[in-house]
Amino acid sequence: MNAVEVENLTKNYRGNPRAAVDGISFEVRHGEVFGMLGPNGAGKTTTVGVLTTRVRPSGGRVVVEGLDVLREATRARQVLAVVPQRTNLDRSLSIRQVLQCHAAYHAVPRAERRRRADELLERMGLADRAGDRTDRLSGGQAQRVMIARALMHEPRVLFLDEPSGGLDPQSRLFVHERIAELRERGVTVVLTTHQMDEAAKLCDRVAILDHGKVLALDTPGALVRELPGSNTLTLALDSAEGAAAAALAAVETVERVEELPGGRVRLYTSHDPGEVLPTVVKALAGHDLTLAGVEFARLGLEDVFLRLTGRELR
Amino acid sequence: MTTIDEARAATPRPPVARSFAAILTRDLVVTWRELPAFLTQVVLQPLFILFVFGTVLGDLGYVGGDFGAVLLPGVIALNAFIGGLQNTALPLTLDFSYSREIEDRLLAPLPIWLVAVEKMLFGTVRGLLAGAVMIPLGLLVLPGTEIALASVPPALLVMALGAFVGSAIGMTLGTAVSPRGINTVFAMVLTPLMFTGATQFPWPQLERLPWFQVVCALNPLTYVSEAMRAVMVPQIPHLAFWLCLLVMAVAGAGFAVAGALGFGRRALD
Ligand SMILES: Nc1ncnc2c1ncn2[C@@H]1O[C@H](COP(=O)(O)OP(=O)(O)OP(=O)(O)O)[C@@H](O)[C@H]1O
Ligand SMILES: [Mg+2]
Repeated sequence: MNAVEVENLTKNYRGNPRAAVDGISFEVRHGEVFGMLGPNGAGKTTTVGVLTTRVRPSGGRVVVEGLDVLREATRARQVLAVVPQRTNLDRSLSIRQVLQCHAAYHAVPRAERRRRADELLERMGLADRAGDRTDRLSGGQAQRVMIARALMHEPRVLFLDEPSGGLDPQSRLFVHERIAELRERGVTVVLTTHQMDEAAKLCDRVAILDHGKVLALDTPGALVRELPGSNTLTLALDSAEGAAAAALAAVETVERVEELPGGRVRLYTSHDPGEVLPTVVKALAGHDLTLAGVEFARLGLEDVFLRLTGRELR
Repeated sequence: MTTIDEARAATPRPPVARSFAAILTRDLVVTWRELPAFLTQVVLQPLFILFVFGTVLGDLGYVGGDFGAVLLPGVIALNAFIGGLQNTALPLTLDFSYSREIEDRLLAPLPIWLVAVEKMLFGTVRGLLAGAVMIPLGLLVLPGTEIALASVPPALLVMALGAFVGSAIGMTLGTAVSPRGINTVFAMVLTPLMFTGATQFPWPQLERLPWFQVVCALNPLTYVSEAMRAVMVPQIPHLAFWLCLLVMAVAGAGFAVAGALGFGRRALD
């Protein structure tokens, strides 16, 4: 059994003709950190909403820890927890009370509530602010409180909707460390993000979503490897614009040629750059062009993302 | 692959009752902490109504000396009913639009409709408080009025029922109307409800205004006011007590179901 199983999930919001989620399927294994990457409006929050029993699916089957989130919603809420994209902390309570109330809603015995609250306040770096009201917290502090709150009933699957949105580098790193720690403890983590470095660093596998569809799903490394032309050579040439591009496009191992400002040209190839370079030099020589410099690079997840989802704004 | 049944077995039965109790406790504790502010907010308007219409107009001779006896039960009923209504509808609209604080409750291991029931129960408690506090204050402001000690327990029962009806109506309104429209709807609904609810007059004596009598008969508040008169000032003409209880029970149940359904629609996208 997987921790999460999603089969042909669709969601149409009332009064919105376009499907927010349009037939997606994926599985999350036990103990995995699974990332959902996608531009604004891709359907990430909607998917998390369905998985956490907060959004009613229009079609498909969604199972968390073997429990159908539609038919077994109450049971499923015992094994999952969610850190939402927007803060929803109870502002009538102090930080400690937020944690203890949440545990009480989940029927954790009183002594155990105290013990867990103390431990999590410590772990989340909130111990000295435990008595503060939650309406005076900064974004990063609120985020940490929400993570602590989610862990109070010891969920088996934790959903984090943009866990590092709006955080400074210190807080971001802190959150990353906590996520890694959860992974060590065997908690399954599903997170959404726009940040490629975050996905590459934290996630065992990543699904790239756009317009409510899964465009690609694999380990971050495999996604980059399988991207056509994932190696680049940037050449500096002394030549008139346009001339080099035509010459280089003819090279068989070069998949794409991009002209950059300042007489530079970038070549994309799936082959080893060392293999490609001699043919490139030969082709240039054939056209009386001289090479002034060369730089090798490998594309990252961000390039995979842009290649799949395009460059236009949502 | 594990089947759903095995997964069910692996997950303990949801602790619904304890979860419900914890949610209610949270609301009660928060109310307790802000009790002075809450009471100030609910007693001011009825105090002024009792003082001006009961004491001042009585002293000036515009209303009869026993008008206070008509007015006090009505105002207590009104305060319980409106208290229940407002304390359910207003926090709800905030919760569903801006603060989203309720999400924590919606993720607790109990069915969503029970969260709605909790909110109505809590609204009832606040309405009951708003009504009960008017008994001593009313006697203070209207010195000529007396009520029998024995009438207090049944009066509390009527207040609780009235607050529950108000709370159920509040749940229905608060979940049916968009947060942007709630102020308009409140202005349009609250005032007519307050003035057609037999609060300031005994319903049976409206015989000379039959059309208005019919309008008032449609307002659930009328039955709360009349029931309150039946227990507090039985010498004044009033509707049969059992009829009032029946109408309150039926209206309360009907609006509670409508409210819980509306809550379910609102809570899940
Ligand atoms: N409550 C709602 N009612 C109607 N449409 C909605 C609602 N919530 C989201 N949508 C629409 O569904 C689509 C997907 O939204 P969703 O919030 O799931 O995207 P997202 O991937 O989380 O985006 P972001 O990165 O900006 O958080 C969007 O087009 C959005 O406008
Ligand atoms: Mg989102």
